[in-house]
Amino acid sequence: MSDVTIRQGVFPVPIQDPYADDSTQPFWDAALRGKLAAAKCDKCGTAQLTRPPYCFVCQSRDFTWRDLPGTGTIYTYTVVRHPLRPQLQEAVPYVGAVIELDGTQGAGARIMANVIDCDPELVRIGDRVKVEFEPVSETLAVPRFRLI
Amino acid sequence: MSLKDQTCVVGVGATPYYRRGESVPETETSMACTAILAALDDAGLTIKDLDGFAIYSSSCDPATVGAILGVPEIRFAATLTSGGGGAAGSLGLAAAAITSGQAEVVVSLMTLQQAKRRLGGTQVQGGGGGGGGGGSPYGAGGVPPTMAYTAHAGLLSPGHSFSLLTQRHMHLYGTRREALAEVCISTRQNAINRPTSLNRTPLTLEQYFNARMISDPLCLYDYTMESDGAVAVITTSEARAKDLKQKPVYIMASANGGMGRWGTAIFNYFQMPDEYFASSGHRPVAKRVFEMAGIAPKDIDVALLYDHFAPMVIMQLEDYGFCGVGEGGPFVESGAIRFDGGSIPVNTHGGNLSEAYIIGMTHIREAVEQMRGTAINQVKDAEFALVTGGPAGLPVSGSILRRA
Repeated sequence: MSDVTIRQGVFPVPIQDPYADDSTQPFWDAALRGKLAAAKCDKCGTAQLTRPPYCFVCQSRDFTWRDLPGTGTIYTYTVVRHPLRPQLQEAVPYVGAVIELDGTQGAGARIMANVIDCDPELVRIGDRVKVEFEPVSETLAVPRFRLI
Repeated sequence: MSLKDQTCVVGVGATPYYRRGESVPETETSMACTAILAALDDAGLTIKDLDGFAIYSSSCDPATVGAILGVPEIRFAATLTSGGGGAAGSLGLAAAAITSGQAEVVVSLMTLQQAKRRLGGTQVQGGGGGGGGGGSPYGAGGVPPTMAYTAHAGLLSPGHSFSLLTQRHMHLYGTRREALAEVCISTRQNAINRPTSLNRTPLTLEQYFNARMISDPLCLYDYTMESDGAVAVITTSEARAKDLKQKPVYIMASANGGMGRWGTAIFNYFQMPDEYFASSGHRPVAKRVFEMAGIAPKDIDVALLYDHFAPMVIMQLEDYGFCGVGEGGPFVESGAIRFDGGSIPVNTHGGNLSEAYIIGMTHIREAVEQMRGTAINQVKDAEFALVTGGPAGLPVSGSILRRA
């Protein structure tokens, strides 16, 4: 981590590995090939970003991982201006958002992510965004979003 | 069958309130003991009478406290799950223990010392240079698989979480920062004449707007302070309450819970359905608590609303029906929550924002004092008080107290 350059607007990833288990590994595998993926219920299609033990709509246990388009809409956001740790002084202000993803039903599959390379003063709820992945290590690439 | 009016709060006790860390060398356990003994004394009871713990957020360990204080026999020891959302609901838990015949004299309490742990701090230790040697910055236990989904977002603290809810509320309803300011200013006004308040300097609109932004749209004053202390209350049966030292305060209704998909609400979740995302999560609890009490929002004389963040007062006013959903901003801006002349005085004790943050117990203490008629900022002829816990992950809770 010590060689990571911190730049304004980008929250530095504090982990080197996704610490995945069976319910999350396919998400990170997809991330490494540049895709956002969701576990979709085989019965009713409800999407979630981790594969849960049961579908919250129909209680089915069968899910299939599917790639999503990687686009979405800002559902809500905040501009973090106060650095919670001294190391974040160079990173603030940055935009942290909750994003509803295209190809999903929205609630239940929202993603929390950093919206980068934007003017924090101009970001609004409803703005359209697109994912890109920042490589962190051989096992981890994290989703970042940009305004489109 | 309902617990309505079958039990009463008969004792209240507290330590002084301290700024974060200043309660040392006291400990959370020692302060819990101090508050319990004070509450029993207030009721005209002793430790020999205590037989139950009905708490929330696992606020103390009844095994430890019971042993230290020499409680003769513990017959009930339970906590509501999750965190501060259970505060007001702990009174319902006490009433449940008593009305079901499991215990007779039950304490609910919170004790808090933030010298080492800070509730407002980060869930994860974000930031470059913090990892060191490739080890997990999350500690020896490593990172839970789901945490990696959010660790990169930079949304780490309770304040970030409530900023997200507030931003959506502003987007949907046009709620203004002026409304948040009014919550902070009116709450501060109530704290000024109270010796227990940690913040007693008047707050102006200008100061509010000049304060630094922490995470949009929340500035410094929208955040609760960090403090230490303990507050305990004693509940017993109506029959026994009548023979005790204080005028009993009836637990008229209590409810905890929330919609299943409200879930853990904040931190790493934010999957609440659109209909109630920008809310306090209290709507189902509000419905049940008013049904049990058999009264309506217009009957409430004073509302003690959990105020870890100013906007959540506005969302609770909506969810408890003091105004319509989305109308909370204009409602508070009209002066409706002022102690002096408002239609529903809110947080007459100065709340978490200005008096002290003891995770909701100060609100219960104030509700009891209002119903006894002994509050410092006494609402004239107050008959019914609403007290809440949360907004937070499920359960959130509310109770209605009434004077004898």
